[in-house]
Amino acid sequence: MKANVVSKSNPWLYWFAVLTALVTLALIGIGGLVTSHEAGMSVPDWPTTYGYNMFLFPINKWLGGIFYEHSHRLLASLVGLMTTILAVWLWLKDSRPWVHWLGVTAFLLVVAQGVLGGLRVTLHMDSLGIYHATIAQLFFMLTCAIALFTSRWWANLNSVAAVYDRRQNSEMNATVADRRYKNLRWLVLATTLLIFVQLIIAAAMRHQHAGLAISDFPLAHGKLWPDTSADAVARYNAQRVSVNAENPITAFQIELQMAHRVVALAILILVAVCAWRARGIGAPGTAPARMGNNAKPAETVLGAPIYQRLSLFWLGLTLLQVGLGAATIWTNKAADVATAHVLVGALALAVGALWCAIAFRESVTAFYDRRREDRRAPGAATIGVQPAMTGNK
Amino acid sequence: MRLNHGVKRAVLLLAIGLFGAGQIACAADITGLITLTGTPPPEKEITPLMENPDCAKMHTTTPTTHFYVVGAKGELADAVVSLKGVTGKSTGASAPPAVLDQKGCLYVPQILAIQTGQKLIVKNSDSCVHNVHATPTVPGNPESNQEQSPGAADLTYTYTQPEMFLRFKCDVHPWMFAWVSVFDSPYFCVSGPDGKFVIKNVPPGKYTVEAAHRKLGTQTQDVEVKDTDVNVNFTFAIK
Repeated sequence: MKANVVSKSNPWLYWFAVLTALVTLALIGIGGLVTSHEAGMSVPDWPTTYGYNMFLFPINKWLGGIFYEHSHRLLASLVGLMTTILAVWLWLKDSRPWVHWLGVTAFLLVVAQGVLGGLRVTLHMDSLGIYHATIAQLFFMLTCAIALFTSRWWANLNSVAAVYDRRQNSEMNATVADRRYKNLRWLVLATTLLIFVQLIIAAAMRHQHAGLAISDFPLAHGKLWPDTSADAVARYNAQRVSVNAENPITAFQIELQMAHRVVALAILILVAVCAWRARGIGAPGTAPARMGNNAKPAETVLGAPIYQRLSLFWLGLTLLQVGLGAATIWTNKAADVATAHVLVGALALAVGALWCAIAFRESVTAFYDRRREDRRAPGAATIGVQPAMTGNK
Repeated sequence: MRLNHGVKRAVLLLAIGLFGAGQIACAADITGLITLTGTPPPEKEITPLMENPDCAKMHTTTPTTHFYVVGAKGELADAVVSLKGVTGKSTGASAPPAVLDQKGCLYVPQILAIQTGQKLIVKNSDSCVHNVHATPTVPGNPESNQEQSPGAADLTYTYTQPEMFLRFKCDVHPWMFAWVSVFDSPYFCVSGPDGKFVIKNVPPGKYTVEAAHRKLGTQTQDVEVKDTDVNVNFTFAIK
């Protein structure tokens, strides 16, 4: 079996991974609609649906909140099936052991996610919804990463990271651009982690089932920082009239939304800094001449340097996300707007994660190469020019 | 001998009767009026209800929320009035069941109060399915979520722990909700559309009367009940 595995990108596998990621994004969207419509408990049983086999539930009964919850369950089943196929396919047809384990991790995560969603219904535990939403983001990130790792583009990638590490290894002096790149990738990582923290805060906010804790923007209850005294919170609750069965808000929930706003501002600034610092990296003239013609296709996306494209796309997503956050408040948390906010958040996290994967790729590869060398020849020098990359890593 | 036994039984029954009558004679009602000052926020039209074909056909106009049911002179309905701290006096097991109906995709009534151990019957008078999702927060009162199809048997609930504003909701129709307060005594009531309330047959003693409104919080007043009715009024203000 080992002899049959391929070391190069398999386009069918790649496109299947892309499709899995897209269906996962759609699943997050429907999950967002479930929460936005307060429909998470509209089907009281699980894994059955009103006593029916989930796949045989009559379509004329898909009414009200049942429509969202049942659609979510069916699409989740599809994602589970696709992830299983993807994991098996990766195991059989990809030559990289670490990619095999990524597939296994995705499979385990999707199973855990399904069980968690079911337990949230059967145990009546709202708090499980926070974990369910957070794991959904991680899972989407993982499916995007698998799609990236199975792409031909990844196989051929000659990243700026590779330039940096090779130059270090060949004891050349780092240029200004190299140093800027090295710092940038840590900044990207920090920003991505902050986005993940932001998504956890958002999940905690949404699963309080209390509607908007602060109903105005850019002010908060008419102030830059809202009064959260007991009298003030009682006053806010007295003035709230909502159609749905929302819980009363608490001081904690107001502070949570303020934290969400502050972190959003920090993310916007960080992404803008990333875009500013990425503007020259990978551009013609900044890459060392020794990279040669082979470097060009891998370093560019749509004809522009990869990091420049990524950073501008990331900045665009973040600006859109800030706008959607404001619109969520101005529309009193309209379900479609709030769900779009969830989706763009997931995309922003995925972009950051993929950038990290690309930026740190060569470092990780070099680490394993050095370790392999150490095992072969204990005590042998590990410094030297790395061999050109061939096939997937 | 037989006569003596009969006389004894008669005397015993008479004594019990006199004691009970004495208790009732000594008991008094606590009455009062709940009012609201200030202008409450406007109620909202429940537009999602009219967007649902099953529910819309049961209404000719769009229903609104009922958070503030206020009369022309500020009379406030749906305030739950009770004797604070009175526990272990529940007669819920022998009390007639309370009824919560689902009618026109709305809960009727929206504010209700029962005793611990008292049966709460939930009906579905609609022609569409609902899920009855009770979400208590006090330990000992279990959360439950049950389907109730049109024409299905009534659902019965009992709660063992006192709890204010225990929420019932329908997740199929998320605008449907009701709040049930559970007391460990029979001394409570809900103010009517005229803002008036009556807590009947309160034994003599000193009490703290608490008025609670879902949106306006709680107020308390101390009273002493002797052998005549006691009047106590509450005024809530909205800022």
